[in-house]
Amino acid sequence: MSAPLLEVRDLVKHYQATGFLARKAPPVRAVDGVSFSVGRAETLGLVGESGCGKSTVGRTILRLQPPTAGSVSFEGTDFFALEAAALRQARRRIQIIFQDPYSSLNPRMTVGDAIAEGIEIHRLAPRGEIPARVARLLEEVGLDPGYASRYPHEFSGGQRQRIGIARALAVEPAFLVCDEPVSALDVSVQAQVLNLLADLQARRGISYLFIAHDLAVVRQIAHRVAVMYLGRIVETGPTAEVLAHPAHPYTRALLSAVPVPDPTTQRLRIVLPGDPPSPSNPPSGCPFHPRCPHPAKNARCTTDRPLLHQLGRSEVACHHADKPA
Amino acid sequence: MKPLLEVEDLRITFATGAGTSHPVDGVSFSIARGELLALVGESGCGKSLTSLALLRLVPPPGRILPSSTIRLDGTDLLGLDAATLRGVRGRRIGMIFQDPMTSLNPVFTVADQISESVRAHQRVSKPSARARALELLQEVGIPDPVARLDQYPHQLSGGMRQRVMIAIALASEPELLIADEPTTALDVTVQAQILEVLDRLRAARGMAILLITHDLGIVAGRADRVAVMYAGRLVEEAATTELFARPSHPYTRGLLASVPRIAGPVTRLTPIAGNVPAPTAWPAGCRFHPRCPQAMPRCATDDPPPLPVASGHRMRCWLAEAGVPT
Repeated sequence: MSAPLLEVRDLVKHYQATGFLARKAPPVRAVDGVSFSVGRAETLGLVGESGCGKSTVGRTILRLQPPTAGSVSFEGTDFFALEAAALRQARRRIQIIFQDPYSSLNPRMTVGDAIAEGIEIHRLAPRGEIPARVARLLEEVGLDPGYASRYPHEFSGGQRQRIGIARALAVEPAFLVCDEPVSALDVSVQAQVLNLLADLQARRGISYLFIAHDLAVVRQIAHRVAVMYLGRIVETGPTAEVLAHPAHPYTRALLSAVPVPDPTTQRLRIVLPGDPPSPSNPPSGCPFHPRCPHPAKNARCTTDRPLLHQLGRSEVACHHADKPA
Repeated sequence: MKPLLEVEDLRITFATGAGTSHPVDGVSFSIARGELLALVGESGCGKSLTSLALLRLVPPPGRILPSSTIRLDGTDLLGLDAATLRGVRGRRIGMIFQDPMTSLNPVFTVADQISESVRAHQRVSKPSARARALELLQEVGIPDPVARLDQYPHQLSGGMRQRVMIAIALASEPELLIADEPTTALDVTVQAQILEVLDRLRAARGMAILLITHDLGIVAGRADRVAVMYAGRLVEEAATTELFARPSHPYTRGLLASVPRIAGPVTRLTPIAGNVPAPTAWPAGCRFHPRCPQAMPRCATDDPPPLPVASGHRMRCWLAEAGVPT
């Protein structure tokens, strides 16, 4: 088997509050030891609720913020060791799109200039050929090439997300971090963007780290899935396997909470008590134990932190994953 | 039996420098006592404005056209003077919104804010209003309710804030609760908690609920009836089981085909082409025709009225005349 395109090992990102009063405050353990890999033309879905650290993983991998510890190997190079100039070069190959593309587009720059910017910086085409390239990119994401001369405010949310995708594609990346790219869109438009991302992967062989809170969306697009809770991966495996046979009690609860637009399906509804705890003061042992409904939950869960271990085709971090729930 | 709420031909206009628009354009529906009606639609369809109109809270320059009718238990709400309207707003009709943080006052405690609502509708002493606040917090299932009384909104999680909002709305024992996207800002596990609270309260109090949402998933298995809204109008209305068994309007069918599913085979999604039109530019004829895969020549010019599909099932689509393929 060839080496994966992206390999993340023991990634840690802690935020330390600064200032006189905050000196003694414990760090916020946003990401607390996360490892995964993504192959070529593969999509890994990173799922979890707000505050679980999934977006921090995406941003830290790209070094949009400095990591606390861990390593990232991308296309065989140690990404975290790169110097500024080499990092700029490498970033051409790994791009990101956000939930709200409007906040990442310069309102005073035309769509065409925004897309051309990366091509110019990385000198990917002679100046004269840039407009034709921009036009091709707009067509590829399903927009009228004539939109190049317009400004971002003239577009709807779905169109802006397409512009964000065209801008990321302009520098010919091998890897795209998609941070909640469809969660702000209406369902009819969300489906358009999901289909576009699938088509681009088929055509260009791009890999995605698809960060989302919606399991149904992840199921639609991801080959493998990793479920995060409080800064750690609690279950990971092939999407079909994890969603058909969830082994971690949190994955099961998350699945049962997904609203299904079909009144005839009879489902077990697991309503978890309470809210996710604060990442600045995570519970001892298994971080999920205060909310865990597993009947086999015992004293060990409050003291020993469960590590990811193989169970069938998935890996799961639960002491009682092999027992019936 | 007479319905609790009747809305007939509701029209809201916005006159701006750029011209006049009609974001809500002839909406009629009714809600029976204890019934849960879901109003479903995408952003810009007019569903939130419709709910605000029920309390006469349409923001200026928006205006409810005088030809519209809104009756609560037979009383015409649009004809009420300000003082009488206050007796309805928040008392007989309660409302909760998507973002509870913007509706809660950051400088008052939870107890203060629930007590205020209690005392606005009942003449009771401050200590007994506080006792009532505690009962309401218990009823909405907030963890550790005694401690919450003296906390401020910023000390609560999103789910707890929404529970406090529900407690405030319940203080006056409303006959109708309007819930405008009550769980959209919440995580799915917290959403499940809040929906469970609403289901339980409805069963216990016999309160009617108007649930405004974009999510067909939270409607299934919860609402008694569903009304689908598109471009300022109700395009399809039916009992929930009937609507999901036989979605008939091409827009409703398109919405259902756009939603990724959590079970069953994964197939390519079938999105609706194009974008939701702006209220300043509703298309002529059927408002869905430019995006409709089944549009016929007449759809571009003839606006379909609500047509019967089955008993209690109506839609604004000419296909109803031909009999809808199922």
